[in-house]
Amino acid sequence: MREVAIIGIGGTKFGELWDMSLRDLGIQAGLAAVADAKLAAEDIDALYVGNMSAGRFIEQEHVAALIADYSGLARDNIPATRIEAAGASGGLAFREGYLAVASGMHDIVVVGGAEKMTDVGDVLAAEIQSTAADQQWEVVFGATLASLFAMIARRHMYEFGTTREQIAQVAVKNHKHGALNPNAQYQREIDLSTVLNASPVAEPLGVFDCAPLSDGAAAVVLCSMDRARSYTSKPIRIAASAQASDTLALHSRTTVTSFKATQVAAQRAFRQAGRRPEQVQLAEVHDNFTIAEILAIEDLGFFPKGQGGKATMDGETALGGKVAVNTSGGLKARGFPFGATGVAQLVELVEQLRGEAGKRQVPDATLGLAQNAGGTGATVVVSLLEVA
Amino acid sequence: MATARFWRENPSRYNLKAVRCNNCGRVFFPPRGVCSVCHRKSIGKMECLNLKGEGEVFSFTVVHEAPSQFEILKPYMVVMVKMDEGVMLTSQLINSDPKDVKIGMRVKATLRRLGEDGPSGVIYYGYKFRPIEG
Ligand SMILES: [Zn+2]
Repeated sequence: MREVAIIGIGGTKFGELWDMSLRDLGIQAGLAAVADAKLAAEDIDALYVGNMSAGRFIEQEHVAALIADYSGLARDNIPATRIEAAGASGGLAFREGYLAVASGMHDIVVVGGAEKMTDVGDVLAAEIQSTAADQQWEVVFGATLASLFAMIARRHMYEFGTTREQIAQVAVKNHKHGALNPNAQYQREIDLSTVLNASPVAEPLGVFDCAPLSDGAAAVVLCSMDRARSYTSKPIRIAASAQASDTLALHSRTTVTSFKATQVAAQRAFRQAGRRPEQVQLAEVHDNFTIAEILAIEDLGFFPKGQGGKATMDGETALGGKVAVNTSGGLKARGFPFGATGVAQLVELVEQLRGEAGKRQVPDATLGLAQNAGGTGATVVVSLLEVA
Repeated sequence: MATARFWRENPSRYNLKAVRCNNCGRVFFPPRGVCSVCHRKSIGKMECLNLKGEGEVFSFTVVHEAPSQFEILKPYMVVMVKMDEGVMLTSQLINSDPKDVKIGMRVKATLRRLGEDGPSGVIYYGYKFRPIEG
């Protein structure tokens, strides 16, 4: 296996982008990443696209070919592949691109993630989100994805004494970070009472515990490390990329207060990189619901199981804390276009590791982690990036 | 949901049809052909059983933002129930006030209307949970 670097990044703003289609989003992000890497279109060997549900959102499948076509890459007939794993589609597309370069099959690969979600109404969008859960044995009975995370939250409170306020603090912290990110969907701070008094979605979770519906795209360019310095003076090494699965239905597991797939993917990633959780300075984690960030920071090994809520309330995951979590604003404030999210996490890490993150810069950042999850953690991808 | 996609699961939705691995004793719901722990050692040893339908609340929530087909029910309760046979199920909890529901509460499965296939579609049924009195 060869070492692989990220040599270019690009992305759109996230939000309700009424004037942009899926193809507009994908192209804008992809072209920005290619320009950032100072590549010509003919340098690109393959395209991978993370997308969860274009078929339901815009009644268009076959979106990898679409984006290759409209970004001007199809003229060289390069392979273009769409990857789907619900909310983990982007992280998985990245991993497939990484494997393609690491194996020696390709030298330069573009990985994009895109989702156009606001062409449908809120109720239908939530139904599409719930297709990440088990349709036949959870959703048919009235469960929604929010309700499953609400039951995780209830169990975490029961088993570890985690408080409602500690869970809500995740949203407060991520909005504070989002206020520093010019590409975030929400760039305003909120206070704890706003989260606690918001209208309920699935108790104990309310509107401000849930990531929003968003349009957006993000892209990265991958290159073998031996060629990376001919394109950029700041290549970012992919120190590890690991993936794990778990049961599709939440109820098929012995515990719901850990995501085993996060734990296993993290162990594999740290082993591959020869690193430990204590060495990670910043992490982008999959906070599709506030409680999910608390599980993630425990399962990744940053804090002991059951201590994630307290650590959040104590500021240990904020900028300036022990490990800066979701400096981009996370899914909660940066926005959550499903298939784009896993790639956008990597874009944020690269900006930080290059020292180009502006007001939200983590000082002297050299090692960052991304955790991207699908559904209730049936697919998890954990990646580690470091300054080369 | 297309009708066939629903009725082919009726044995488990109506009668809580499950399987037990006679190699390790684990129960699986809905039935599956191979034990996910014993793998090939379980071949030929997966035995059908119907769950008795009783268990305790493992976790619960009150749903306020619902899919269109459940709009009329909201707010409604969703629970994960640990059945006495050891397997866990997800469905609605009925006949109870959210204020009275606690983790560990004893509940029993009961057959109810779950929904229908579009405005003119076939009504389909399955289990919901209700508290066990006393
Ligand atoms: Zn077995």
